[in-house]
Amino acid sequence: MTVESEAAVEETEAPEPKRDLAQLWVCGFLAVLGILVIVDASRLGGFSASNDPIGPKPVPILLGVLLFAVAALYALDVLRGGHGEDEGKHAGDHYDWKTIGLLCAVFIANALLIDWLGWVISGSLLFWGAAIVLGSRRYFLALAAGVVLGLATFYGFAIGLGLGLPAGILQGIL
Amino acid sequence: MDNLNSLLDGFAAILTPGNLLIALIGVTIGTAVGMLPGLGTAMAIALLLPITYGMEPTQAFIMFGGIFYGGMYGGSTTAILLNTPGQSSSVVTVLEGFKMAKNGRGGQALATAAIGSFVAGTIATIALVFVTPITVDFAIGLGAPEYFAIMMLALVATASVLGSSRIRGFASLLVGLVIGTIGIDAVTGQQRLTYGVPELANGIDIVVVAVGAFAVGEALWTAARRKNGGDEIIPVGRVWMGKSDWRRSWGPWLRGSALGFPFGAVPAGGAEVPTFLSYVTERRLSKHKKEFGNGAIEGVAGPEAANNASAAGTLVPMLALGLPCNATAAVMLAAFQTYGIQPGPLLFEKESALVWTLIAGLFVGNAMLLVLNMPLIPMWVKLLRIPKPYLFAGILFFASMGAYATSGQAFELYILIVLGLIGLAMRRFGIPMLPMIVGVILGPMAERQARMSLQLSGGDLSGLIGGPVSWTVYAIVAVIALWPLVSLVRRRATREKEPVAA
Repeated sequence: MTVESEAAVEETEAPEPKRDLAQLWVCGFLAVLGILVIVDASRLGGFSASNDPIGPKPVPILLGVLLFAVAALYALDVLRGGHGEDEGKHAGDHYDWKTIGLLCAVFIANALLIDWLGWVISGSLLFWGAAIVLGSRRYFLALAAGVVLGLATFYGFAIGLGLGLPAGILQGIL
Repeated sequence: MDNLNSLLDGFAAILTPGNLLIALIGVTIGTAVGMLPGLGTAMAIALLLPITYGMEPTQAFIMFGGIFYGGMYGGSTTAILLNTPGQSSSVVTVLEGFKMAKNGRGGQALATAAIGSFVAGTIATIALVFVTPITVDFAIGLGAPEYFAIMMLALVATASVLGSSRIRGFASLLVGLVIGTIGIDAVTGQQRLTYGVPELANGIDIVVVAVGAFAVGEALWTAARRKNGGDEIIPVGRVWMGKSDWRRSWGPWLRGSALGFPFGAVPAGGAEVPTFLSYVTERRLSKHKKEFGNGAIEGVAGPEAANNASAAGTLVPMLALGLPCNATAAVMLAAFQTYGIQPGPLLFEKESALVWTLIAGLFVGNAMLLVLNMPLIPMWVKLLRIPKPYLFAGILFFASMGAYATSGQAFELYILIVLGLIGLAMRRFGIPMLPMIVGVILGPMAERQARMSLQLSGGDLSGLIGGPVSWTVYAIVAVIALWPLVSLVRRRATREKEPVAA
């Protein structure tokens, strides 16, 4: 099945080669990852003991080499007009980078605030912020839902099931 | 006989009000996440894993089993009513199911999917009861080199067999293997790939990887394409089947079960291939060939049964060998490890009660799903009306909660968002997710087995190859790895012939 579909893609692409060159970023990522892995591995002590003949070094080195190989073959595939599982249907899509950026910002705000404000406040803000960023215009409803979720999860999971969620500045109040 | 007695003990353990309630919660969550497009059972279990830290392992696994089976039922509902597969294994169901719904036969499509899932789930779980102990007997004699070989097979097979592009599968696998290497080396205590960050010394939790790639990645993916419009839901009438529907459905159910189970039980067999095969078989065997393409009930009954049977099949290698063959099994394996339980041949000896309660729970959950799904489908469909902003805000909320709870450090949240961005990129570039998840779990296990083999052979590299069992396994790996070369040669040959023919 695999072979047939690849062949089919090639056939349809033959008259008009439309390459999705953005995929080269992936190759770059793999190559950088390969460098990181090999640099780290070269720093490891290459000793071998009787109970561990090869030590911790060979596996990362092998992974680094394979990463370079895959990055190179991947680049070759991209240049020949190769596509992923979806057959490149997302290649020309318009992406809403502003929404992604805002969503990441909301997410990181939660990470920064969680230990100080506690889960109930930071989690509620996360829900509220994410809902607004994703297009909800009912500000109060979203906030109310966030607060309810925050309180319910804190009482249910942190106090009820012993999950490690921080109380933060509300310590002693909740 | 021993096994049947243990299974009866399992049933006795599950038929308590508390455990039944947990099974009910499991199947409910499973159906819900299976229905909602973009959510999956692997994500649901990963999200719930931290919450279950306070529960008994047995109860946690009853719930996970319920989610696993529930997801299969839910996926078919979305496929039939929304023309969108809720799960990748429901892709084939869409073909005939949506056409049936459009022709006003949605109720019958849903009924044959639900009853077929029940029949297949029951048959396949019975097969699981008999096949798993045999696999265990075989596996118990295997040593470290054989395990290493089987793990290599699982890694190579998931990366190259599933999906349409091998190179992307391997890229995903390598990223997973690198993530799995991060942290303190278990043998020498040296830190690998931590680059001096103390929080990385304990490695990256598989829960964080799964939640980041599946849940956060999906939320970002939705954010990225926010303006791409919504879906239309077809209303359903009463979910029932007439006499002729029954007559046309039972054959496909049985054949689908027979196709699905073995594929599920083989590393990287998956649910996609058997559902597709079942569809093709039913089209060939049907007396109503003209209906295919316009809503033939056989085309829903067969693939749905195959889908459920393969889900049960994937539990065989997971329980008997500790090998995950789909994303849900991978996360369940991680759950076993979190509880300090090592799946594999010894599991049936050491944790006999847990395993048999889990299997009994599958039977119970399957029966619950039939009851829950047949009359209540119109209610479930309302779930599809939850506005996306709230749905994904909720997912980010639970994802953050779960990730923070794995270690109690805000650092996990930064890793989560990085993995979410990786997940976003993988969706954009069509890179399969499963090899990465399997790599994170199996990578460290394979390295341990390899080093153990070399330890046994005193550093002699031949110790890695082992005996006849691993030779066979390596031969299969070689065939899988070299297959593209064969087809390349064949294609070249036909290309050279073409100009001559012209």
